[in-house]
Amino acid sequence: MNFLVKNLFLFGLVLLCCAPVAAAVERLHLLIPGGAGGGWDSTARGVGRALTDANLIEVVSFQNMSGAGGAKAVSHMIETAEQNQHVLMVNSTPIVARSLMPVFQQSWRDLTPVAAVIGDYGIVAVRSDSSFTTLEDLFAQLKVAPRDVKIAGGSNRGGLDHLIAAAMFRAAGLPAADARYVAYDAGGKALLALLSGETPVMTATVGDAMAMVHAGKVRILAIAAPKRLPELPQVPTFTELGYPLTFINWRGFFGVPGLADEAQKELAELLLRMSTTPEWEAVRARHGWVNNFVVGSEFTKYLETQEQITGELMRELGFIQ
Amino acid sequence: MFEGIASGLGTALAPFNLLMVTLGCFAGTFIGLLPGLGPISAVALMIPLTYGLDPASGMILMAGVYYGAVFGGSTSSILINAPGTASTVATSFDGYPLAQSGQAGRALALAAYASFCGGTIGAIALLVAAPLLAQVALGFQSPDYFALMVLGLTAITAMAGRGQMLQAALMAVLGLMLGTVGADATSGLPRFTFGRLDLIDGFSFLLLAMATFALAEVVGSVLAGKHRNNPLLPGEQGSGSSVAPVNAALGSMRLTAAEVREVAPVIGRSSVLGFLVGVLPGVGATLASFIAYGVERNLAPQALRARFGKGSLRGLAAPEAANNAASTGSFVPLLTLGIPGSGTTAIMLGALVAYGIQPGPRLFVDHPEVFWSVIVSMYVGNLVLLLLNLPLIPYLARLLRVPTQLLVPMVILFCVVGVYLVSFNTVDIQIMVVIALVALLLKGLGFPMAPVLLGFILGGYLEDNLQRALILYDGSVRFLWERPASLGIMGVTLLFLLWPMLERWRGINR
Repeated sequence: MNFLVKNLFLFGLVLLCCAPVAAAVERLHLLIPGGAGGGWDSTARGVGRALTDANLIEVVSFQNMSGAGGAKAVSHMIETAEQNQHVLMVNSTPIVARSLMPVFQQSWRDLTPVAAVIGDYGIVAVRSDSSFTTLEDLFAQLKVAPRDVKIAGGSNRGGLDHLIAAAMFRAAGLPAADARYVAYDAGGKALLALLSGETPVMTATVGDAMAMVHAGKVRILAIAAPKRLPELPQVPTFTELGYPLTFINWRGFFGVPGLADEAQKELAELLLRMSTTPEWEAVRARHGWVNNFVVGSEFTKYLETQEQITGELMRELGFIQ
Repeated sequence: MFEGIASGLGTALAPFNLLMVTLGCFAGTFIGLLPGLGPISAVALMIPLTYGLDPASGMILMAGVYYGAVFGGSTSSILINAPGTASTVATSFDGYPLAQSGQAGRALALAAYASFCGGTIGAIALLVAAPLLAQVALGFQSPDYFALMVLGLTAITAMAGRGQMLQAALMAVLGLMLGTVGADATSGLPRFTFGRLDLIDGFSFLLLAMATFALAEVVGSVLAGKHRNNPLLPGEQGSGSSVAPVNAALGSMRLTAAEVREVAPVIGRSSVLGFLVGVLPGVGATLASFIAYGVERNLAPQALRARFGKGSLRGLAAPEAANNAASTGSFVPLLTLGIPGSGTTAIMLGALVAYGIQPGPRLFVDHPEVFWSVIVSMYVGNLVLLLLNLPLIPYLARLLRVPTQLLVPMVILFCVVGVYLVSFNTVDIQIMVVIALVALLLKGLGFPMAPVLLGFILGGYLEDNLQRALILYDGSVRFLWERPASLGIMGVTLLFLLWPMLERWRGINR
């Protein structure tokens, strides 16, 4: 009996301690449109962990719902909007491109953008023993024989890595449709193709190539970031080489359609507050992520700009009219 | 390196890690036993648990679960013809007939021994030559993978009985056709989906395996009236005394010395072959099991060849040794290049990254404790798995003693639940029922079902790699003779196809 009382007391104490910290949002359900172990999965679980570790929220639950490249989870969000006000779905740049494809009915505009949290910049990489030592070398070759330079990437045609290749062609003043892009089913497979000599060049995002860069097997010619990354001080940006090109794969969260403004603000607040905690810093550093916090209406604007750029590239590639 | 192995041994044999590997094997076996849950789901289930462990223990737990689930999958293939993962399809070709003829215990024991040998040979190869083997993976390019898939397809000759070649080939084509449904891997554009989102991922392997194997089998047996005269259930139920001798035979795991002599070289060959194929990222274990099955059938003496598909011990030992060796082999690209070779190793990569460890060429320099302890724990895991499962086999085999009236509904339930768990989509269940009915009809007309699965599994990889090869070579097929590896593999393929003719010719000339 005594034991029970003591426990109840402790429980009450814990509740009291939490009360001032736990704001309006008490529980959060994170919907992951892909399987365990992928980029979406690690982002959602990392954010969830930082939120609970930092005592910003009591319970975070996760649900993996893969299917149709994420479209299934989007439909789920739309269908169950009313009872799912506390649900956030993780997503990333490809949702913008997919929204433009006629095959998929839903668009990111059907959801409520809440916040982007991290970002991964586009790169163009070669083997360390490649004859292309600078971006100029590569562009010179591309101008002579664009179709002879095969480019590996870890997404299908019209996907993220293909768009990076297309954007690079445009930056070089070449028609994007000339890019000889070879699609592999994951960034790792594309990296393997680069290393095995199957293709001379690869487009990817920084995270895909980091380990091989550190091992000295792969060299990044240029990064599509606004300024050099502290982790890669030796890698020049496209912009400083005279080709104004930035390309980011953000990862962020969306709420259900028609989410009330207050709820949206609260959720965005929550993520912003998390961004400054040491718990988040630990998660971020462990995964090697780059912070890219963009919230609320700013996030929506961000998406609109990206949609416009992506749309132009996809039109040039012939994926959309 | 020896220091590394020694420290790896120290880590892997620490009591806590031994507990982890034992728990992992145990949990994995049970999860893998359920037809709907394969190694991928089993390992994914462990992710939350590994957060609280240090990297080495976490990886050891996951590796244990992986082996356990692979073995558990073989068990459901053998007992109820329900391969939960693609790599155990070939196991069911001969394992299921063996179990049906009352030798379930022997079949399971042989599978356990073959798996153990395959895994152990693989682990030793990994220990000795992992960094070196990474070069093998780097030597293979898309055209070579394409050639390898073609080689894998020749396994249909092994699945076709006498005079059934045309039927088997037709079924393989059906499988290839089913494999084209869904988003095209290169362009991402949907094919044969009729505008439905449900079909955009294509059919899941599990759906097709359950429909053509497990469901078609149980429904077929009911239609044939087998449930009325179950040979394993003589007389009235409950009269335990008359059942006992049959029961003992069912659970018996004894292999005669002659049989051991017969399968030992098969296991040895298949392990080495499986490991080498497993090192190649992508298809590993599945392709290895099919190729090993095909090779062993071609190597078997004429008299024993007819036994394949009807309960041959060789036909069971080959894929089991090969798929386990290949599962071990798939750690080579993961640990040395940071590139996951299979869905399961992709999840493990995710877990490693969450620990802040990036596998790659520098892993065994930066984190030797993780690198070596994972490799050593594979060896330990295989041993634990064997010790754990041998005593379980008589009980597992007794599953077949469950009256057909109960077993059939159970199998159907597992099929439905398993398929639903993959996608959480009821449309998949409806598709499964339709395919099962078609499969039943085809089976009744004498068409074998195994080539459908073979075509379906290899078709996707075949097409992706062909598309890539064609882009790389600007639409020309000259890669077939310009790349030595492709040329060599295509040569072996031709040899496989012409082998029966060569033998006949030799027979005439003798």
